[in-house]
Amino acid sequence: MSAATLTETGQGRGFSLRQYAICLKGIVWREGLRFLHQRERFVSALVRPLVWLLIFAAGFRQTLGISIIPPYETYILYGVYITPGLMAMIQLFNGMQSSLSMVYDREMGNMRTLLVSPLPRAFLLCSKLLAGTAVSLLQVYAFLLIAWFWEVEPPLAGYLAVLPALVLSGLMLGALGMLISSVIKQLENFAGVMNFVIFPMFFASSALYPLWRVQEGSVLLYYVCQFNPFTHAVELIRFALYLRIDWTALVVVTGCTILFMVAAILAYDPSRGLLARRGEPGGGA
Amino acid sequence: MRALGPQALSIEAVSHAYGARRALDQVSFAVAPGTFAVLLGLNGAGKSTLFALITRLYATQHGRIRIFAHDVARSPGEALRVLGVVFQSRTLDLDLSVTQNLMYHAALHGIGTHEARARAEEVLARVAIADRHRDKVRNLSGGQMRRVEIARALLHRPRLLVLDEPTVGLDIKARSDLLGYVRQLVTEQGIGVLWATHLIDEVVEDDQLIVLHQGRVLADGAVPRVVADCSAHDVRDAFTRLTREGAPQLMGETA
Repeated sequence: MSAATLTETGQGRGFSLRQYAICLKGIVWREGLRFLHQRERFVSALVRPLVWLLIFAAGFRQTLGISIIPPYETYILYGVYITPGLMAMIQLFNGMQSSLSMVYDREMGNMRTLLVSPLPRAFLLCSKLLAGTAVSLLQVYAFLLIAWFWEVEPPLAGYLAVLPALVLSGLMLGALGMLISSVIKQLENFAGVMNFVIFPMFFASSALYPLWRVQEGSVLLYYVCQFNPFTHAVELIRFALYLRIDWTALVVVTGCTILFMVAAILAYDPSRGLLARRGEPGGGA
Repeated sequence: MRALGPQALSIEAVSHAYGARRALDQVSFAVAPGTFAVLLGLNGAGKSTLFALITRLYATQHGRIRIFAHDVARSPGEALRVLGVVFQSRTLDLDLSVTQNLMYHAALHGIGTHEARARAEEVLARVAIADRHRDKVRNLSGGQMRRVEIARALLHRPRLLVLDEPTVGLDIKARSDLLGYVRQLVTEQGIGVLWATHLIDEVVEDDQLIVLHQGRVLADGAVPRVVADCSAHDVRDAFTRLTREGAPQLMGETA
């Protein structure tokens, strides 16, 4: 009795390519608008790496000599060395912040709006990741602009060459954040993630010191750094900024991006949903 | 009374548990197109869990949910496409304007900018809030926000609208306005509505009434019939009798 009127339901099955494009555009547009409205977020995203560059790097300039290591062809200032690491740090914070905000109830509401869209959920989550990455690109380029006045002057073409590397690293770190957001039951505040994800990832990497120097100090730490995907994100950015490709980093970052994305999509799949394990919806029943 | 063709919403033997705790137990009912159905239950009855299942936030563990014959688990895209949702918690972007919120929703349904603008005007006029379309959502009152949420839920022209306790936190006037708007939609557009609430005075004679208590459907039918079946003199009395007895056998009599 019901089958005959099925077609009445509407606009035909499936979605056209144009509809996918509209949806992606809408998600990126909203993320951009929110970014513009949250000026404090932009300012703090900029201040954080600038403190490292303008204060920390200046203090360490004399203590830490950097020998000539690829991709650099001359002796470099310490500030120049840590710039790629700080670019990746901006993306790390952005990825964690935009994804972890979903954990909060108010944001969970926004996530629900996203997830009741009839388009495939994997597509929605990927679009959200792309949108978060786009925002992180704005932050990184704003930082690079300021850093340029601080004698961090990579080749002009490097600014363009680093773009694909930044997209890839942004996606990887965003996907990691999304995955964590689905697993974490409750988040008291951002500090937990700072202590257990951001700081270890940042310090146990090549962001602040080259790995050969780490090896001199602690072989164990050296191996930890090697296995840290963040190290590879930093190196990918560093090499791209100086118009070279670090193939190992490229492979690792690509692999991790795919891995984290698939895991995050599975985590947000309703049937195996880590969401469901989180308990009842919206407080009430 | 039942319309020919598929039900707007059909819940078939749905059970759901959080670990050991059962939130829904063999819940079955249907809402026909052009019907205003009230899902009445106290806090903790399982209403929000049911909404999470209808909107596919969680997968259905047992049973089946269909929206205009589209199985939510098997063809979620088709099911969600004809479904409009108003969640219990506020889900608008406070920093964005009313129109921007609607445009975002339109994009999520693959509706282009031009078309979306026209539709936004139309739905905002319907809930009588068109004059505030440029305002930031943050500056609206609770009742106005709810109306915007309803406008948003109508933007993609759903044929079934589900609302989870939409009147929570609203004053008497805003509540009755909101109910008025949605009832009007049912009569004018013929869409099916599932309205979850714990407020008995939101039920009127013409409605379909579904009483959910501790995860079970205790009564389902036209209001006069549910009242008569309980030998009660009004809805409040019927609800009190049903939930006090908690008698599952009533389900058979009234379904």
